[in-house]
Amino acid sequence: MGHLQGVDYAILCLYFGFVLGIGWWLKNYMKTGEDFFLSGRSIPAWIAGLAFLSANLGAQEVIGMAASGAKYGIMTSHFYWVGAIPAMIFVGVFMMPFYYGSKARSVPEYLKFRFDEKTRGFNAISFAAMTVFSSGISMYALAMLFELLLGWNFHFSIFICAVIVLLYIFMGGLTSAIYNEVLQFFLILLGFLPLVIIGLIDIGGWSGLTAKLSEVAVSAGYAEGAWTESWSHTGSAARNPMGVEWFGVAMGLGFVLSFGYWCTDFLVVQRAMAAKSMNAARLTPIIAAVPKMLFPVIVILPGMIAIALTHYAMSSGAEGGFSLPVDEDGGYNYNLTIPMLLVHYFPAGLLGLGITALMASFMSGMAGNVTAFNTVWTYDIYESYIVPNKSDQHYLWMGRATTVWGVGLSVGAAYLATQFDNIMDMLQLVFAFVNAPLFATFLLGMFWRRATGHGAFFGLVLGTLAAALHHGLSLPEGASAGIKGGWLASLANLDAHLYLSEMAQNFWTAIYAWTACFALTISISLLTRQKKSEDELKGLVWSLTPRIKEEGVPWFRRPGTLGVIVLAGAVALNIIFW
Amino acid sequence: MQVDIRLPIGLLFSAIGAILVVFGLVSSPEIYERSVGYNFNLWWGLVLVVFGGTMLFLSWRAMKRPVP
Repeated sequence: MGHLQGVDYAILCLYFGFVLGIGWWLKNYMKTGEDFFLSGRSIPAWIAGLAFLSANLGAQEVIGMAASGAKYGIMTSHFYWVGAIPAMIFVGVFMMPFYYGSKARSVPEYLKFRFDEKTRGFNAISFAAMTVFSSGISMYALAMLFELLLGWNFHFSIFICAVIVLLYIFMGGLTSAIYNEVLQFFLILLGFLPLVIIGLIDIGGWSGLTAKLSEVAVSAGYAEGAWTESWSHTGSAARNPMGVEWFGVAMGLGFVLSFGYWCTDFLVVQRAMAAKSMNAARLTPIIAAVPKMLFPVIVILPGMIAIALTHYAMSSGAEGGFSLPVDEDGGYNYNLTIPMLLVHYFPAGLLGLGITALMASFMSGMAGNVTAFNTVWTYDIYESYIVPNKSDQHYLWMGRATTVWGVGLSVGAAYLATQFDNIMDMLQLVFAFVNAPLFATFLLGMFWRRATGHGAFFGLVLGTLAAALHHGLSLPEGASAGIKGGWLASLANLDAHLYLSEMAQNFWTAIYAWTACFALTISISLLTRQKKSEDELKGLVWSLTPRIKEEGVPWFRRPGTLGVIVLAGAVALNIIFW
Repeated sequence: MQVDIRLPIGLLFSAIGAILVVFGLVSSPEIYERSVGYNFNLWWGLVLVVFGGTMLFLSWRAMKRPVP
């Protein structure tokens, strides 16, 4: 299909050289465990902010969001302007004082300080397993993509990606991951931006795009603006391509899923914990929110351009234009949106940059997983349950060793994915169940001092079960009982509740899980005794923590002020593209 | 920590930009049919050189300033 030339390989190799060089450069700074796992808490806010964003911008995010842009149009922006910005501001303004101020070294460790050992263990083990599998799955997806697109050998792709990430983290720890994430952020931005520019020129600008997208919408049986208006068609689930109504979007995505991810996922929170001061830590997610708000241009717009061009090519029968590939089952293969656009539009040279950007997005996501896994394994599992009370040098050594075998496990997971497609889907489903209620635990833990360890633990476990239960009793339309849901209903000979789309089902699973966890944590907490004294809870709970003084801090460094400005920007974007 | 990430970023993007500019100048115009007729290697290469140069300048300025 595609074919890289010497100049493309030169750019790719240059990139590999630089990421390894950064690791080498930082090697001598890694003297203590805190240097390796927390960057010695020395990272300036803007670097931590870009790394915070970049760790989230894995290849699956880029490829998946472009796919959704083609499938659902501008409604995909809900994952940014509703499902990210408010939560990013919330974690910076309200939650970071506890994460950073408590000197916890990881999110699970905060749970130990606030609740108890079992809550931490549950979170640490499920999180560690999740990071290994998700980096394995994205490695698998990337290697498959390169094989299909460029004819690269599958094993070679896995090997080269894994070894490079391993080496630069092994040498420079979290600092190396963070610095490389900043570099990768700019590569992703400057590598994909020309794609949007060329695509827009080809389709006749924004007006050409909206005209063609209204044809796409009408031919799919929706109103003309269904692909270009984000809220107008959410009055009922049947009137928009995503198959969800406004409440599901606002509550399921905007509240439960987004706060659950941005506020509790150690993969991103770790970047803020590495910041050099409390102020820098609080600013980290807010700084990240600014580029996050504009990223739909890079990832969603190409998807919208792709579906518009495809529809135009199909209906006019014109040759030589861009068209999405068709699957065996007759639908479009949306996951190939970005790669196919790259190969279609980029000449040799620029194509090298585009492939490098794809590689960079993969590596930034993978490095996020690896560093988070290192820390959680070493501090929350190894030091806590296996070999406690050793020297700092011992745990530093363990962190390095974990980089090697953690990446090894991910490679194993990637090969497992080639063998058992369903196992991977099932694991991702289980992780989604575990994650859905988590934000309720943190919210109650941070803002209600009466929440107890038993309440948190059993609330989490039962919330996870509630997610599984809802999934087992509901089905997206057109799917059969099994991995997509409805398995419990078919066992009990009931009719499963039907949702119009898988997305709607996911949003509602999250809503039920969160509500169950929230209600049960409160009830169980009220029935059990608070074992933590007020003194122990100082710095961990809102009402027992002294407010941060901001006198003398200029307004542009105040998290609250900046948060309000960024939030206003997100509201404005929602209104403009209403 | 005396490490400035702007230095490697500046170097990398200047280098990639330079490669694209040179390749854009020597490559045959036919390969730009796919990029809707514009020589994107040349123009985007220039953008990258400017970006890389700015990063290098910022890093150089920070190095010149004495550490407080």
